[in-house]
Formats: sequence, C-alpha cells, structure tokens
Amino acid sequence: MPAVSKGDGMRGLAVFISDIRNCKSKEAEIKRINKELANIRSKFKGDKALDGYSKKKYVCKLLFIFLLGHDIDFGHMEAVNLLSSNRYTEKQIGYLFISVLVNSNSELIRLINNGIKNDLASRNPTFMNLALHCIANVGSREMAEAFTADIPKILVAGDTMDSVKQSAALCLLRLNRTSPDLVPMGEWTSRVVHLLNDQHLGVVTAATSLITTLAQKNPEEFKTSVSLAVSRLSRIVTSASTDLQDYTYYFVPAPWLSVKLLRLLQCYPPPEDGAVRGRLTECLETILNKAQEPPKSKKVQHSNAKNAVLFEAISLIIHHDSEPNLLVRACNQLGQFLQHRETNLRYLALESMCTLASSEFSHEAVKTHIETVINALKTERDVSVRQRAVDLLYAMCDRSNAQQIVAEMLNYLETADYSIREEIVLKVAILAEKYAVDYTWYVDTILNLIRIAGDYVSEEVWYRVIQIVINRDDVQGYSAKTVFEALQAPACHENLLKVGGYILGEFGNLIAGDPRSSPLIQFNLLHSKFHLCSVPTRALLLSTYIKFVNLFPEIKATIQDVLRSDSQLRNADVELQQRAVEYLRLSSIASTDILATVLEEMPPFPERESSILTKLKKKKGPGKVPDVEETKKERNSDMNGSTEPASVNSSAVTMSTPSTSTDLLGLGSAPVLNSVAPPSAGGSLLVDVFSDNSPAVASLAPSAEENFSSPRIGSTDVVSDDPAAAVHDADELVDKFVCKNNGVLFENQLMQIGLKSEFRQNLGRMYIFYGNKTSTQFQSFLTAVICQDALKTQLNIQTKQVDPAVDGGAQVQQILNIECVSDFVEAPILNIQFRYGGALQNMSVKLPVTLNKFFQPTEMTSQDFFQRWKQLAAPQQEVQKIFKAKHPMDTEVTKAKIIGFGVALLDMVDPNPSNFTGAGVIHTKNIQVGCLLRLEPNTQAQMYRLTLRTSRETVSQRLCELLSEQF
Amino acid sequence: MIKFFLMVNKQGQTRLSKYFEHVEIHKRTSLEADVIKSCLSRTKDECSFVEYKDFKLVYRQYAALFIVIGVDEAENELAVYELVHNFVEVLDKYFSRVVTSQIMFNLDKVHIILDEMILNGRIVETNKSRILAPLLVLDKMSES
Repeated sequence: MPAVSKGDGMRGLAVFISDIRNCKSKEAEIKRINKELANIRSKFKGDKALDGYSKKKYVCKLLFIFLLGHDIDFGHMEAVNLLSSNRYTEKQIGYLFISVLVNSNSELIRLINNGIKNDLASRNPTFMNLALHCIANVGSREMAEAFTADIPKILVAGDTMDSVKQSAALCLLRLNRTSPDLVPMGEWTSRVVHLLNDQHLGVVTAATSLITTLAQKNPEEFKTSVSLAVSRLSRIVTSASTDLQDYTYYFVPAPWLSVKLLRLLQCYPPPEDGAVRGRLTECLETILNKAQEPPKSKKVQHSNAKNAVLFEAISLIIHHDSEPNLLVRACNQLGQFLQHRETNLRYLALESMCTLASSEFSHEAVKTHIETVINALKTERDVSVRQRAVDLLYAMCDRSNAQQIVAEMLNYLETADYSIREEIVLKVAILAEKYAVDYTWYVDTILNLIRIAGDYVSEEVWYRVIQIVINRDDVQGYSAKTVFEALQAPACHENLLKVGGYILGEFGNLIAGDPRSSPLIQFNLLHSKFHLCSVPTRALLLSTYIKFVNLFPEIKATIQDVLRSDSQLRNADVELQQRAVEYLRLSSIASTDILATVLEEMPPFPERESSILTKLKKKKGPGKVPDVEETKKERNSDMNGSTEPASVNSSAVTMSTPSTSTDLLGLGSAPVLNSVAPPSAGGSLLVDVFSDNSPAVASLAPSAEENFSSPRIGSTDVVSDDPAAAVHDADELVDKFVCKNNGVLFENQLMQIGLKSEFRQNLGRMYIFYGNKTSTQFQSFLTAVICQDALKTQLNIQTKQVDPAVDGGAQVQQILNIECVSDFVEAPILNIQFRYGGALQNMSVKLPVTLNKFFQPTEMTSQDFFQRWKQLAAPQQEVQKIFKAKHPMDTEVTKAKIIGFGVALLDMVDPNPSNFTGAGVIHTKNIQVGCLLRLEPNTQAQMYRLTLRTSRETVSQRLCELLSEQF
Repeated sequence: MIKFFLMVNKQGQTRLSKYFEHVEIHKRTSLEADVIKSCLSRTKDECSFVEYKDFKLVYRQYAALFIVIGVDEAENELAVYELVHNFVEVLDKYFSRVVTSQIMFNLDKVHIILDEMILNGRIVETNKSRILAPLLVLDKMSES
C-alpha cells in the first residue's frame, strides 16, 4: 500500500481509500462504502463526543465517498463544527466539505455564515482566504445578503494582504453572478479599476476577471479600465522574460494575465484616446512580431503559451475591426497556422479565421487560403477540425467562389461524418440559393444533395427548392426535365420523389412535348415508385395525379382507374382514402373549366426569410450564423427582381397533408387554400377558410354540399338583420387579434368576414374575405375603411373597391395596404353596405390594426437587456399594470402570446425563470421605438404584473393596454 | 468561464471532479461518463479541444491520467490547455513527482491547490510558489 506522502496521515482514511481502490467490482465498492457510511453514522450519533481529529477523519471519508459519485446526506453539522474550529487543518476540511457538498439552498447556511463572519473578522489571512473561497464556491443568496457590504471593503482596503484581495475579487464576482441586485455599485468601483495597476500580478489577474464581468454589464462605469489595461499589457508584452519572475511561464511573460487583459479590452470599442490607441496597436504588433521570432524554447509549453496570447490578440483585432493593416497581418499569421503540424493550432486557426472572414478588410485575404482549407476538409483526421473547415468555407463563400465551394462541400458530403451531414446539407442549400446566378445550377445542386445525402435533407430544404422553382418561371422547364431524369434511377430517395412529384404536377406539361417524357410516361414513372413510399409522400403523389388530370386530359381515365382501385379508395390511412375519394369525385363531376381553375398552377410564394436559414440558426444557436442579415437582404433582392409581390389567395389547390405540406409555405395552421371558388364558379363552393385544423382538401368541392347543410350556414329565410345589431363590440374584437394575424373577424347569418394579414416593419397588408353565406346574391356591395380624427395622419390605408355583386355562396377578397406613419391608439373602422333581398344591410367593425403589428422582434443577451432596461428608467418611459388573470396561467400559451404580440421572447434573461421578457422595435415611418417588456406571473394570486419600457410614453401606454388584455 | 475540472483514469473512473456551476449529483455521473467517452476515444493526432453540447472540452493526457476541463466560449483554449500543465507541475512540485494514487490519498490537498488556482471558474493564480503557500502553512501546522 502506498504511503501517504505528506501531511498528518489519517491512517483510517488511507486504509479506507486503499480498500476502495482494491475493489474488483462496482458492487464490492458499493458494499464497502455502505459499511463505512453505517460506521460513520453510528460514530456521529454515538453518545461519546468526538474529538476534532476523529470528526475530521470521518468528514474526510464522507468527502471522499461523495467524490466517488455517491450522494451524501449527513455530516454537514460536523463539517460546520469543524469550520468553526481554531485549528487550521480542521477548519480547512470543514470548509472544503461545505464548499463541495452544500448547495445554495441549505438551511445550514446561517450557521456557516456565522463561521465565515468570524473568520473574516479574524484578520488572519489564511482564515480569511478559506472563508472567502467558501463564499466564492457556494455563493448563495443568504451569503450575498450577509456579506456584499463587507467584501468590497476588504477588496480595496489598503492593508489587505494580496492573497486576500485575490479571493475577495473572485468572491465579489460570484455574488455578482448569483445576486446582481445585491451587489452595490459605488465608490469602490473606481478603486477596483485601479487594481489593474497593483504591483502584484496575482491581484491583477483576479481583478481583471472581476472587471471584465462587471464591464460587460456596465461598460460606462468601467470605461477607465481600458487605458489601465492597455498600459499593463504593454508593460507585460515588452518586458524581458525574466522580469516577471514566477509569472513567467516557459519564457512567456504572464500569458494568462495577458489573455485576460486582451479579453477585457474586447468589451470595448477601440480606444478613443489617440495615445492609448497607439500604445495598444504597438502591443498588438509586438505580439504579432514575436510569433515570427525564433522560439526561446523548444518546449511545447512555450509555444502554446505564446500562441494563447497571439490568438487572443487576433480576437481583439477582429473585434475592433478597424485596422486593415493588423487584420491582414492576423490573417497571414492564421494562414501559417493552417499548415502547422500541431492539430490544435490548425483547429484554432480555422475557427479564428471564420470570424475574420466577415470583416470587409480581411475577407479578400481570407479567400486566398481557400485551397488550404479545401485540403483540410479532405485530409484532416479529426472530425472537429473538418467541421471547422466546413464553417470557414461557408464563411468565406461569396459570388466569386461559390461554385467551387459548393462543389467541394458536395464532394465531401459523400464521405462526411454522419454527425455533421445535416449541417453541411443546410449550408450547401443556403449557399447554392444565395449565390445562384444561374438557377439551373441551383436546381442541380439541390438534386445532387438529395442524391448524395437524401436522409439528411430536411423538409425545409426541399420545400425551399419548390418555392424557388415556383417563383421563377425561367427555371421551371429545366427543373421538370431534370427531376424527370433523376427519377429514372432505379432507386431514388423519397425526398427526390417528393420534389419530383410536386414539380411534375405543376410543370410536367413543359416537357410533355418530348415523346420520351410524354404524360403517360411521366405518370407511370411516378406511379412505379408509389407503393414504396411513406404515407405523406403518397398523399403528395395523389395530389400530383389530380393535377395531371388537369394538365393532361388524355390520361384522365388511367388516373381515375388508379384512384378507383381498392388500394386507394379503401386505404386504411384516412388521409389517403379521403384524397382518393375526393379527387376521383372531383375529376368526374367538375367541368374542365372548374378543374382548370381549381387545379391551376400554384401562385408565387410570398417572400420570406428562407426557412433553411432559420433552421441553421436554430441548430447553431443565435449569433453563430454571422451573415444572416446580409444573406437575407441579398436574397430578397435576388428574388424580388423577378417575382411579382405574391398573392397567396388566388384560387389554387395545394397539396395538403396535415403533417407535411401545410407547412410548406410556412403559414402554420392557416390553410393555403383561400378562395377556391371565384365568383364565376357559380357559388357552389364555400370553404371555411379559417377552420384551424381541417385539411384544406377535405373541404374541396365534394364536401361543399355538406357545408351547406351544416347548421352554421344561415337559413335563407332571414331577410334582414337589424343594422344596429350588426355592429359588434369592436374593442373585444380587436383584442382577439392582438396576438394573431388570421381568423374570423365577424360572422352573422348572412356573411362571414375573414382576415389574413402580414406585417413587415412599418408596412402591412391585410386580406379581407367577405363570404356570402346565403344562396342569394348581395347587390350594391360597398365597403369603406375609415380612419377617424388623429388616426388619419397616423395610418395610411389604401385599397381597391370590390365587385358590387357578391354571388350566393361566394367569397370575395379585398386587399388593404397599410402604412404606419407614427404611433397610434385608435383602430380603423370597416363599413360594409349591401342589399340583400331588397333590404339594405349596414354594418361596421373595427379592424384589428394595432400598434404592436409593427413590431420587429429583437434578440438580445441578458446583459444588453438589462443595460437598456436601465437606460429607459425615466418615469414617463415605464408603464406598469397589475391585473388578474382572465385565462388559465399556462406558460406555453403565454409564450405563444408574447411571440404573437411581435416581440422576441428572450429566454434566460430574467433571473427568475418564471418571468417572461421580450424585446422588439416598433417601426413607423417617422420613428422607430425600441421596446422592452417584462411579464411577471404570480400563480398563487392568479395575477400578472406587466412592465413596459420604451422611449416614448404614448407607445408604452398603448402597448401595455393591448398586451394586458391578453392574459 | 471554466465550468468543471475532471481528473479521470484510463478506465474511465473519475478521480477528482470540481464543478464551478451547480450540477445535480445524478447528472454529474452521466455527464462525466459522457465527457470521458468523448475524450478517451480520441487519438493522438486529433486536437485537444472537443465541442460538447454548448461548451468545449479541453483535455490533456498524462500517462494513464486524463485531465478534462469544460469551458464556455469566453475562454482561450490554449490558455486553458496550458493551465492544465501548470496544474500538473504544481502537483509535481508538491508531491515531488506525482502519481495517480497520491491524488486519491490526498484529495483534500489537491482541492486546496485547485482552489488556489481556479476560483469561481476563473483563473486566479498561476504562480507556483504562491499556489502552494497555504498548503505549506498547513503542513507546518500539522508537523508541530
């Protein structure tokens, strides 16, 4: 048995540890431990008072058992006894046990606090350190309450020992982390900053950590730290390697401190003071120069420490992003590392270069390393290094090298590790779309993606290719041809079949002229794969077939035969069965005119952020996809150049399964099918557009009869409503729409008014659907949108008049274009007038155009949030309301409402996890108003407290009124 | 910041663990198993930094002993990598050539050393003689 090398050698402990080490199995170990626990328990409970030594021994054993991974639920009392002892050895074990084993909630804290208090007052630096370490390790709220006042004093007092200062600094850091509200800011802050000048480097190290954390929250208050940090850094960097004695590590002067100082400087923009700035640039240049000098030692520790500082300096250069010269030098240095024999350096260089690629000064310089990076992708043995290479290629990609990079990524995908395939697929899809000059290349790339890594192609990717093909008519013929060819492969991925089915269903006619891809051949090709597919794909293919009926009347009979077969009509899957029944019926009863209208080509999709980007962002977490904004802008301009502003509600049948394609457009639960029956269809189809869950297809023609007999449809006997009764309690209506954009605005026996709206920045578009529920025509149908009083100048609403006749059972739509000029309170009023059966009908409703519709959500970190929160502290900027919950207090529902309200829901911002915080910007033509909100539920009292802070009083007021009605 | 510090042997047994953020004990066991698995399986020419969930592992091997540190994105990987070596050198200096068994028999001492070097997830002291100062006081007291 090895002897205990030093110390007082608790024999019993040594024996126990050896026993454990000798245990052959986990069971034996557990047995031995249980025996020991029973022994210790009996000793602690025993009548005989234990002496300090025995107590220490047993507590030590418990600690050891805990460190082996077994929970310990006793011994705390003895540990507290030990820490109150005057013997250092006992005190130390007591503190150690408490630090490791007590979580912040323990009731013992009060007793422990007492011991700490005594030690802090003892003026014995060793005792003080133990006490401060304990606070820094446990850091509970009770401790914060007891000691926040004392610790800053200890930290800045002139006579405090260096080691105590160090512990006090980290202690304060901990309390600031767990109970920021309790740590008083004040006169001590400036003195803390001056610790950067302390002659003792240990104190500077600890102080830098503290200042960095505080400066992130309160940059203004710690601004003076910049010049102090720069001068301290400069002294370290220019010192001879022997100057700093014990803080020199393998000939590198104070590497860890240098790294920390460079980190601290990354909390701030480049120094404004020219002299400070010059000095910093000098430092950074010196660090870069040193990298080129021959090493002072061959030891790896030397180069690692040197490079740690170098990488941190490069981070700072990238953070400042202001000195082209330094940026390019940094890039060259990283370029050297890309070919270094140390894997660690290659990894870090790739990672660091990734951030460098987004700087305009160094983007070109980064691009020169493309071959090296591609080579890394091919030859690196470590998957995490290859992953970094993929990231870097993604970051350095632009129009000039997109084709090469996408090709290399596709190449790599064939052999890529499973763990990163999905991400590569997303990246390829995004790059291909973003930099496509020639959309045939884009289509080829995506089809290749599906071929190579079909399983990793998520729905977002293939939805996107369809959106793009539909929106760009120059690529439709090519796409049809390409998918047709790709489908010839004997085994093709189901995703390919989905894309192929969809595209041929829309554009199969474009290649039908070629006898090699005649309608029948197209159909047979798809149908030959039908039985091997999953239900959603089969559902999609059935929709393709019905579209074929319209495109190619010559194969209608063949398709009807397929639909009529038992395997379709009596399919066990209800969705497939329903589609087969309805499509078959539709194909037999509808005239070619109706078929042509119902099955018309899909209208262009409305432009929105690519769902793929959203997905990648989700995968990587916020902030890790740096060029998203840019991507968005660029892509929008690409797409909008050729596409008309999309109208989502021209008549069309979309392929709809509840599980997949309803989301195709990203419209969530709003079915794509909006107005199946234009007035010319003779009023035979009225679809309840806004039912939330019914698959759109289910309400297609065949079920229209049912619709008419349903009780919701008013009887034709009703001749006229009292106009007064038709005016709705409008405020209630408006409230209903505050957190959502779609739904039924109004309904009576005669008509239903539905709404769909979309808002972007200060602009909005609202689609109003007027559905005639009777079988008689409405005549002299007239609508007007009225903005009263001040609202006239605050909102601009433009619209075109609708057709004065609305046929029975028909639905007409009206589009409102809305511009928000400045913030407003009132809602516009919609007036409707028509004649029904000779009687004049008149009704008015408030339109749910509310201020919050012009929100753009803003993501921000906890620090940013509270910083801005503090900036908006003037009394007129804050509005608070405390109110009773009107609905059950469900967290998920509340979250959905806050998101629906338009702000970004910020997770993990509020220290109390049950509170909700949100941030957004109200866009109006004249001003933009940033808004922060906080909602604190009190489930016991069934109350909420809502606080809003914006820079404008009227905005705070209005938003508070609107949101408080929602819960 | 540094989230945790682990010493693990080649068999995957934890020899020392210190957490700088509260983690439930039952979660610790599975976290450690997971972390160890992802480090032990790596070869010499793979890099010493492993992405793990939303943080990074920095590890270094000394004969049969692995030291693994979990850090968030605000740490400099190489600096942490060298911190491990500095720590091992401190142990060497104190135990005059450290072996794994000594760590087990002197867990409390190792914890003191660690407390002197890393506090609250931040590097607080790197100077070897100052790190060892409290231990030497301790030894002197128990001798007397």
